[in-house]
Amino acid sequence: MDSRERARLTRGQVLRTISGAGLGHVGGDFSVTDILAVLFTDVLRFDPANPNWPERDRFVLSKGHAAVSLYTTLAMSGYFELEELDSFAAEQSMLNGHPARAKVPGVETSTGPLGHGLPVGVGMAVGARIRGEQWKTFVVTGDGELQEGSNWEAAMFAGHRELGNLTLIVDRNRLQQGARTEETNALDPLDEKFDAFGWEVKQIDGHDHDELRSALMGTHAKPLVIIANTTKGRGVSFMEDLAVWHHKVPSQEQVDQGLEEIGTHS
Amino acid sequence: MTDCRQPFADTLIELARADPRIVAVCNDSVGSSNLGAFQQEFPDRLVNVGIAEQNMVGVGAGLANAGLVPFVCGASPFITGRALEQVKVDVAYNRSHVVLCGMSPGFAYGELGATHHSIEDLAWLRAIDGLDVVVPADARQTSAAVRWAAAHDGPVFLRISRSPVPELPTDHPTKFHPGTSQVLRTGAAATIIGTGTMVWRALEAAEILADEGIETTVVNMASIAPLDEATIVRAAQETPLLVTVEESVPRGGLGGAVAEVTAHHAPVRMRMLGTDTFAPTGSVEQLTRHFGLDAESIATTVRAGLA
Repeated sequence: MDSRERARLTRGQVLRTISGAGLGHVGGDFSVTDILAVLFTDVLRFDPANPNWPERDRFVLSKGHAAVSLYTTLAMSGYFELEELDSFAAEQSMLNGHPARAKVPGVETSTGPLGHGLPVGVGMAVGARIRGEQWKTFVVTGDGELQEGSNWEAAMFAGHRELGNLTLIVDRNRLQQGARTEETNALDPLDEKFDAFGWEVKQIDGHDHDELRSALMGTHAKPLVIIANTTKGRGVSFMEDLAVWHHKVPSQEQVDQGLEEIGTHS
Repeated sequence: MTDCRQPFADTLIELARADPRIVAVCNDSVGSSNLGAFQQEFPDRLVNVGIAEQNMVGVGAGLANAGLVPFVCGASPFITGRALEQVKVDVAYNRSHVVLCGMSPGFAYGELGATHHSIEDLAWLRAIDGLDVVVPADARQTSAAVRWAAAHDGPVFLRISRSPVPELPTDHPTKFHPGTSQVLRTGAAATIIGTGTMVWRALEAAEILADEGIETTVVNMASIAPLDEATIVRAAQETPLLVTVEESVPRGGLGGAVAEVTAHHAPVRMRMLGTDTFAPTGSVEQLTRHFGLDAESIATTVRAGLA
């Protein structure tokens, strides 16, 4: 299955899972879907039968509220059965509203409160260096999340250590929970900020799989940030670029329309 | 008298020589965490993140994920208070084998003031599921706790005192066992339960009381979580008064922990000594007296409790 097909199936599954559970963060799930699809199809080295394989690449979804996209991706990658997704948010399910390392195979670190993923990812990258190992670390943050100061502590240290084995992808959908990032606490010029912190910066269309692949597969001497310009709610016309779809649950009618637009009506 | 940061550092270096997975992480605290010798011997295994505690604890969790055994060191008020959510999520909720080392806790920073005192740490950390909280009382126990923490596959907080303590007059085991305590002397009048820097002061108080014919039991409660409930219940059943002594806030600290056990299993009269307010300006000795934690004041509390 290529990354585009995986992304299409992921979006359909996310919509069904959130509809079934009656909760979720569909807007952010859809903005990050293509990033996850390319990473898990073409970039990351991992072994779902041995989730703690020491030489695996590390992947951290810092925007833990996009858990359903991650869970779907992990299931499609073989970490657990797709049927497990039906238990999302159910009593005693391993699939919380936010991913927990101790519960879900393939989840490297628990996330949910924002600003946690990048520091942990920096620690992973430093650890690989200390051990003299070649595996790489990839972190996805939201953009609103970059208002958390812990990210900049980590970004400064990654730049200082010239962590060329670390890649950060910012899901730049320009919307946070309540409003646009630039109206809330502006992030731009985001590229200049990371450049000033000692990072290599790339700006791409975060829904263009060829651009994603090309940006993710190169080598770099410094830590690399890929500012992936995305659309919240991408793939379902009435959800796109609207803050209200941060965690609104679609009606059955909306699910049906969404599945039709995505092309996964089953 | 020993500053426990020294046996901490000596033991860490000894372990690091034998185990390449052991690394140290700090927040520009090479000196105050006593990591100078470690840095000299293992320059590539000291990760100094600068003045950034949230990142420091997150980095520690990442290093553990990479297969290393990080000892994450910083002044106790900052590694706990500043990075509490990282301690909760990145370390404890992840079940990461990270050893958090709170250096110079309590009011060891004396005149520097309440910003630099770490008196809330036990209450904060004791509430976190799965995090073992250990407060060694002397040099030997510090070494034993460091060895245990390096081998224990789970999250640990070690509270490493700076205020000098004597070697306790006991043959307590060279191996540390979480959830256990040591009974350092026995007496039927009352039980004094101390932790960390307060244990030797509790022993001195027991001497004063013994001279008056009041024989007390003294317990070194180094393992705050998990707690040695059996010893507490026995003390509550065998002596009519329990006095807890700690260099921290009793609300949620050692006092609160012991009271939870007695309330459930063996209600008993209790007194809880500790730092119940932000400290006024003063040296360690002055603050010890201010909070009624010197031997004479502990003895006074026991007498009053028995009256």
